[in-house]
Amino acid sequence: MLQVSLYRYNPETDEAPYMQDFSVDTSGRDLMVLDVLELIKADYDGSVTYRRSCREGVCGSDGLNMNGKNGLACITPLSEAVKGGKLVIRPLPGLPVIRDLVVDMSLFYAQYEKVQPYLQNPTPAPAIERLQSPEERAQLDGLYECILCACCSTSCPSFWWNPDRFVGPAGLLQAYRFLADSRDTATEDRLSKLDDPFSVFRCHGIQNCVNVCPKGLNPTKAIGHIRTMLLNRAT
Amino acid sequence: MVTSVTSFSRSGLSDWLIQRVTSLVLLAYFVVIAYQLLGSVDYTSWRLLFDQTWMKVFTLMAALSLAAHSWIGLWSVFTDYLTERMLGPKGNVIRLISQLGVSLALVGYVIWVIVIIWS
Repeated sequence: MLQVSLYRYNPETDEAPYMQDFSVDTSGRDLMVLDVLELIKADYDGSVTYRRSCREGVCGSDGLNMNGKNGLACITPLSEAVKGGKLVIRPLPGLPVIRDLVVDMSLFYAQYEKVQPYLQNPTPAPAIERLQSPEERAQLDGLYECILCACCSTSCPSFWWNPDRFVGPAGLLQAYRFLADSRDTATEDRLSKLDDPFSVFRCHGIQNCVNVCPKGLNPTKAIGHIRTMLLNRAT
Repeated sequence: MVTSVTSFSRSGLSDWLIQRVTSLVLLAYFVVIAYQLLGSVDYTSWRLLFDQTWMKVFTLMAALSLAAHSWIGLWSVFTDYLTERMLGPKGNVIRLISQLGVSLALVGYVIWVIVIIWS
């Protein structure tokens, strides 16, 4: 039997959050953490609330904190998450809890919106598409794959303390994704909006974001590139 | 663009660059001091070292670097933890008082260093 401790909070009935323990029969299988949540919801307590959709690490809905580490429940096997026969599941840290494992991601999306995550190019669009060389296209590898699960930003202390002012690793990865895009012409405008003491420079390079990214991306490296671009622009 | 009137240079890039340059000055200064300490240290050798103009200028540079480096670092810490988000409505007042205390201490230290090495 697997011992699972779940963070529970229903603001309509609970005065404060609490942890609820379950003994789950996994029949010795190395299930994914999402499978365990599905078992609990189906067999133990139907009121357990969490987000999920694709169940294969593509949609980014089920970002959770499992035994202290953020990740996607659907692609995190028990063999990786369980420590000492116990699994503690909490919502992503630093964001307001709506209910149980569901967090309010408004602040996260507000920071994403701030970096204007779309191609900006006022020149007339060609008949088919704006072309890139293979080398120019390769610049976007490791950037465009982000699924906005928020595992990185919610593992970052700088984002915990200043979620309204620090863009966070997810937003900055996308900021660099468009700064690095040869088809985008708003580089100067984008950089001028990032040169303040909070938006980029709150990153102290501790790499929690790199440690938890379920897609294996490296926001710290992207932030380093943004710093270099800001430095080159100013000197 | 997030503005802040209390950051050292008002620019994230400048603060970041100043913090790195000042850390190099401090590293160089402490290497020189460590080198001196490895040899015999007595009043005469110490006095001879600090009587030289280059050492006085270097010490002043190190003191100014320490002040700038500390301000940027502590400003960062204060704007993380001493905020209304963390401490409630009094957060900003507590932060400004703390920043005032730190700035007075740093100015005091720099003046003290100047008095010691140039008097």
